[in-house]
Amino acid sequence: MGGDLTESSLKRYLNGIPGVDAVGLEARAADLGSRSIKTTSKAWALDTIISLIDLTTLEGADTPGKVRSLVAKGLTPDAGDVSCPRVAAVCVYGDMVPYAVEALGAFHGDSVEGGINVAAVATAFPSGRASLAVKLADTADAVAAGADEIDMVIDRGAFLSGRYGQVFDEIVAVKEACRRADGSYAHLKVILETGELNTYDNVRRASWLAILAGGDFIKTSTGKVAPAATLPVTVLMLEVVRDWYRLTGEKIGVKPAGGIRASKDAIKYVVAVAETAGEEWLQPHLFRFGASSLLNDVLLQRQKLATGHYSGADYVTID
Amino acid sequence: MSRLAVLKTYKLYIGGKFPRSESGRVYEVLSASGDFLANAAKASRKDARDAVVAARSALSGWSKATGYNRGQVLYRIAELLEGRRAQFIDEIVSAEGVSAAAAAAQVDEAIDRWIWYAGWADKYVQVAGNANAVSGPFFNLSVPEPTGVVAVIAPQDSSLVGLVSAVAPALVAGNTVVVVASERLPLSAISLSEVLVTSDVPGGVVNILTGSPAEIAPWLASHADVNALDLVGAGSLDWVSLQIAAAETLMRVFAPENGADAAAPSLARVTQFTETKTVWHTKSLL
Repeated sequence: MGGDLTESSLKRYLNGIPGVDAVGLEARAADLGSRSIKTTSKAWALDTIISLIDLTTLEGADTPGKVRSLVAKGLTPDAGDVSCPRVAAVCVYGDMVPYAVEALGAFHGDSVEGGINVAAVATAFPSGRASLAVKLADTADAVAAGADEIDMVIDRGAFLSGRYGQVFDEIVAVKEACRRADGSYAHLKVILETGELNTYDNVRRASWLAILAGGDFIKTSTGKVAPAATLPVTVLMLEVVRDWYRLTGEKIGVKPAGGIRASKDAIKYVVAVAETAGEEWLQPHLFRFGASSLLNDVLLQRQKLATGHYSGADYVTID
Repeated sequence: MSRLAVLKTYKLYIGGKFPRSESGRVYEVLSASGDFLANAAKASRKDARDAVVAARSALSGWSKATGYNRGQVLYRIAELLEGRRAQFIDEIVSAEGVSAAAAAAQVDEAIDRWIWYAGWADKYVQVAGNANAVSGPFFNLSVPEPTGVVAVIAPQDSSLVGLVSAVAPALVAGNTVVVVASERLPLSAISLSEVLVTSDVPGGVVNILTGSPAEIAPWLASHADVNALDLVGAGSLDWVSLQIAAAETLMRVFAPENGADAAAPSLARVTQFTETKTVWHTKSLL
């Protein structure tokens, strides 16, 4: 940014970022969503989507048993087809992390080595309305329990009030709370909750802010606020990530979450990633889908490709 | 200057909406004398898939409605059909080439059958269900429950009465329906969907496809999310293959019926789309 990092220099920098051409962005997203992906390309896309899913359960009614069945589903999404890939991670509330770690056992690990990561939401998810001390304790607790990834929410109230420095400092502090005893860090995903940011300009600023503060991933939404992930917002965040990579050579991940329920929609996101950030982003370290019901729809589509006839909800698990 | 008549665009009826075929295809519908009547949408396998999705999502609401309520809704269809009597008579005269009197008789018969089946909605359970005698102090009740999503190949030689006779009985017990209308006589089927959409039938409970049954039926027969297949109007198709495809997912299948009045009204047409559930309950607390 040049110069010292102060509240005012941060503000000057973020407010100096050019505005977003909203009509152009939406037209670009609509265009990316109109590609026809069929047969072998579709089969590849479906398997890629499964391997990029953060299989999620974030309900007040979650139980250890539900987390165990989520883990089982993540390990063997389609019990009738051993060629079906595993999901990238399971995403749960912080207090459920020990049960997820226990249920995964030897399979707990990076997807590159055939394992599944455990992601935990922290920092008073989904509202983020708690004191910094509570947020940091929430984060440290999940990391100590064995979470590999932390999904934090930014303080949207502070962001919308223009207190960028406060948001920045919180991300930095949470990042530090992600530090494990051995000195390594849990991956930090920063949830912008774009549905509450109101404008594309804000989304672009918040994306830059989260990356500058040290986030490893920028994530659209908690899934608790509508609208959640939309294709234009995701394209915009991918553009920020691409620009950051060109500027610094560092690759930041993107995670759309919430509202992506159909394979057809997920394929649009895959196209958008490949066309905006690049195909090297289509791997679990750089792109994720936050989803729960999406997986079953992808499995139904996979079964249709494998058998040649349409499948039904009786042929996938009830979650 | 004479006025140009405004022609109707005939589309499909899926999930309470009127989409064109996903494929964009249409086919020419001709009158009995070979004149052009209209272009009808030619449904593709994806339209059939969408229709099954719509029928599946409508199932929970429709099957949980009380029989009394379903009866009222079916009766309402007949009421609205009565109001459009003249339109249906006109359509049948031009499509089938019959006299106005014969067309009127067909429309009246279709309306009467809706009424007849509507009446069964709160009665078939009493007739088809049973209180079983068991060797213990228990109530043992067998009740018919809806089968689920029913795919129907409508009778091919009738504009309206065949379609109504095939669809109405499946609705009585709380099933939802995907019906492939007569290929040669599809226009009344789409006009019927205009009646359905303005009656109180929830969207997705009835889904009407027009096009080639020979093309669409195999996709419905092999669809794992369809629970029953009524081949009443599939006599001219390779329906044994359809039965074999349906067997893969343990679908209930009913064979084609021939003759002047295929799918003649009967209580059996209602109960064939039900599954019997038997429940035990203790008598000891009485």
